Amino acid sequence: MLLQVLRRTATLVASLVVSSVLVFVFMALLPGDPARVALGVNASEASVAQLRREFGLDEPLVSQYLSWMGGFLRFDLGNSYVSRVPIAPQIVDRLQVTLWLVVCAMVLALVIAVPFGTVMALRHRKPSGLVLSAISQVGVAVPAFLAGILLVTIFAVKLQWLPANGWTPPNEDPAQFLRQLVLPVLSLGLVQGAVLTRYVRSAILDVQREDYIRTARAKGLGSLQALRRHGFRNAAIPVVTVLALQLATLLIGAVVVERVFVIPGLGSLLLDQVANRDLIFVQDIVMLLVLAVLLVNFVVDLLYLVIDPRLKVATR
Amino acid sequence: MKPTRIGTAASAALLLALTAACSAGSGSSSSGGTGGAGGSQGGGDTSLTVGLVAEPASLDFTTKDGAAIPQALLDNVYETLVTVDQDGKITPSLATSWTVSPDGKTYTFELVDNAKFTDGQAFTAKDAVYSINRVKKDWTISLKAAMDVVADAKALSDTKLQVTLSKPSNDWLYRMSTRIGAMMTEKAVADLATKPVGTGPFVFDQWRRGDSISLKANPGYWGKKPFFQQVTLKYFKDPTALNNALLTKTIDVIGTVQAPESLAQFQGNDAYEIVEGTTNGEVLLSFNNGKAPFNDLKVRQAARYAIDHKALMDTCWAGRGTLAGSMVPPTDPWYEDLTGLYPHDVNKAKSLLAQTSAATTPVRLRIPSLPYAVSCGQVVKSQLEQAGFKVTLDQLEFPAVWLSTVFTDADYDMSIVAHVEPRDLPAVFGDPKYYTRYDNKQLQADLKAADSGSPEQQVTLMKKAARELSEDAAGDVLFILPNLMVAEKGITGLPKNAITESFDLAGLARS
Repeated sequence: MLLQVLRRTATLVASLVVSSVLVFVFMALLPGDPARVALGVNASEASVAQLRREFGLDEPLVSQYLSWMGGFLRFDLGNSYVSRVPIAPQIVDRLQVTLWLVVCAMVLALVIAVPFGTVMALRHRKPSGLVLSAISQVGVAVPAFLAGILLVTIFAVKLQWLPANGWTPPNEDPAQFLRQLVLPVLSLGLVQGAVLTRYVRSAILDVQREDYIRTARAKGLGSLQALRRHGFRNAAIPVVTVLALQLATLLIGAVVVERVFVIPGLGSLLLDQVANRDLIFVQDIVMLLVLAVLLVNFVVDLLYLVIDPRLKVATR
Repeated sequence: MKPTRIGTAASAALLLALTAACSAGSGSSSSGGTGGAGGSQGGGDTSLTVGLVAEPASLDFTTKDGAAIPQALLDNVYETLVTVDQDGKITPSLATSWTVSPDGKTYTFELVDNAKFTDGQAFTAKDAVYSINRVKKDWTISLKAAMDVVADAKALSDTKLQVTLSKPSNDWLYRMSTRIGAMMTEKAVADLATKPVGTGPFVFDQWRRGDSISLKANPGYWGKKPFFQQVTLKYFKDPTALNNALLTKTIDVIGTVQAPESLAQFQGNDAYEIVEGTTNGEVLLSFNNGKAPFNDLKVRQAARYAIDHKALMDTCWAGRGTLAGSMVPPTDPWYEDLTGLYPHDVNKAKSLLAQTSAATTPVRLRIPSLPYAVSCGQVVKSQLEQAGFKVTLDQLEFPAVWLSTVFTDADYDMSIVAHVEPRDLPAVFGDPKYYTRYDNKQLQADLKAADSGSPEQQVTLMKKAARELSEDAAGDVLFILPNLMVAEKGITGLPKNAITESFDLAGLARS
């Protein structure tokens, strides 16, 4: 068990190092000079050169990388090229917004996926199962931003039930916060829910065919009981895997949805800074996203060990 | 057996936790769903929310370029000695009057005696001297160059300021109405990027990054107090989201309409009012005058004859805007309609082009990825091709890639970009090193004489320069961008023309 954890930690660290190099190199390859963009169209060559020196852009790439990474490890993300203010607090600010979106959308996706996926599996080949299956297929095909635009057009512009966009911090006006949260969470969560439903369904279908379920049924358990006692835990492994992958998709999807709904989250921050050519800022955000995805995968790896005792035995 | 039970317990706990979280999630969704039936966020009659497109990256326009900062702060939080009215005339602001010495080099300003910075100190001529000197000393944006002409500024008394120029300059007084003329206090310059302090009708309240900037009415304002006690400038990157925000009453005013074809949904609707005026933004089809083929007058003339400006504006900007035929917007004192110089004439374009090398070699039209350029680029390309040009169109990401490729390296033949700075003809065509690479000694001499002459001479000479430029086909102004706003019915005082750097909020009211 300990060995497993250590091995996975080593993999995590190695992937982090490799991805940080990749992120850095891609940023360095981007066309456009951040100093020129920061100073505007009419700035003189001399002042651009001076700013390049100030930003450390005239140093060799290797030392730029090392000083960036060194700062990152101390959680000193540096100052923005454009506004010159520290980056870390801004990211924390925006992350709080995005986390609301992502967590609520994930929860909504699970609320949809677990019951519907189970019903679809149990009613497999029955008309009701087929109808649900078709609906979930449509959900899978619709991208989150399109769902968002449709939801806004119907519920905000036409029916005027909900605000079309915007964001209010929950401590300022909780009611407005919830009203503004509904549509973005729906557009992210419905689509993810549809995807997840397909996985829950097939995981449960697989489990249904296993010997132990047949044995349980032979013991006299009903199909739902057998599933509850023996099936869910086994079905959980592929579903948790997909859930972790989906989390990455959700974070990326949030970038687009935040734009459609004018939400000041991490995604819109990222887009802004790309446009500003605030490379250090972009680099920090991308690296944090990579870190988040890798960490989630790491946690999921550890979760396997909890869910499936067989994996622990294998390493003993 | 035991570990399994612990495992079961753990996964049961996990499931329970998830279920709890789920029900909380769905609960909040449904309560939100039933909670809201329309309703303005504005809350009360004296607060106003204006939707705009570009959020500033910083609040410090002394070190950060870009139109968004002065749009929010100038004339609202900061004030200038002089300002420009809706017709482009220079009028008093913190200076009640001024005199110019006969040699045009010494300006003496009488200042108001009751203005106060919002941190409580009185505004005096000393602050004006400090502000003017600080532009030369500490500002880093390129616009500060307009202050280079100042040789000396001194306070004759608390309300009397004397500025001496090293040479006469009409342009200097005009530039004092822009951001470089903003009056600041020495005590507050440490926090310019986060806490601007000025003498204006509004006090900076808070900046929610990525969302909005809010201003509060200044209770101690020396001039006419604003109607709105609270104004929020809310930023939208997506034009559709901006329109939706007005349709759902999240905002009261769309400050700039980015997609003119979207005006249709507000037209003929009694709940909204559309304001249409003009701006300083010339959408320029720029030529690289420094190298072949556009260093050849015939090629430039052919291109100008090839463009059907009316049809172009109809297609790419929903027919909104002004056709001027020169680099001068209608609100400048030296405006003249020069559309008659190069009327649309495909045959003339063809015969001119046939005499040049451009008839066979393709020209590169390299446009920035901005809405107006993208929608006009295709039309320009097809109109040029009808006249026999071979055009390759490529779109460069704005700002970074376009700036380095076209603007800095001049690696282009033609481009399309809106020059939105006020009175920018000298900047765009008076400097041979500028990306237009236009080197015309006569024009440069005229521009210099216009700046140092009397105001009447300035008008005459600027008219001459604009005509000269247009005749020489140094570039082709496709159209002047319109100022388009949509407001909820009952909002009054919206400025028809957007010809200053600020979005003046003090004059707005709700009837």
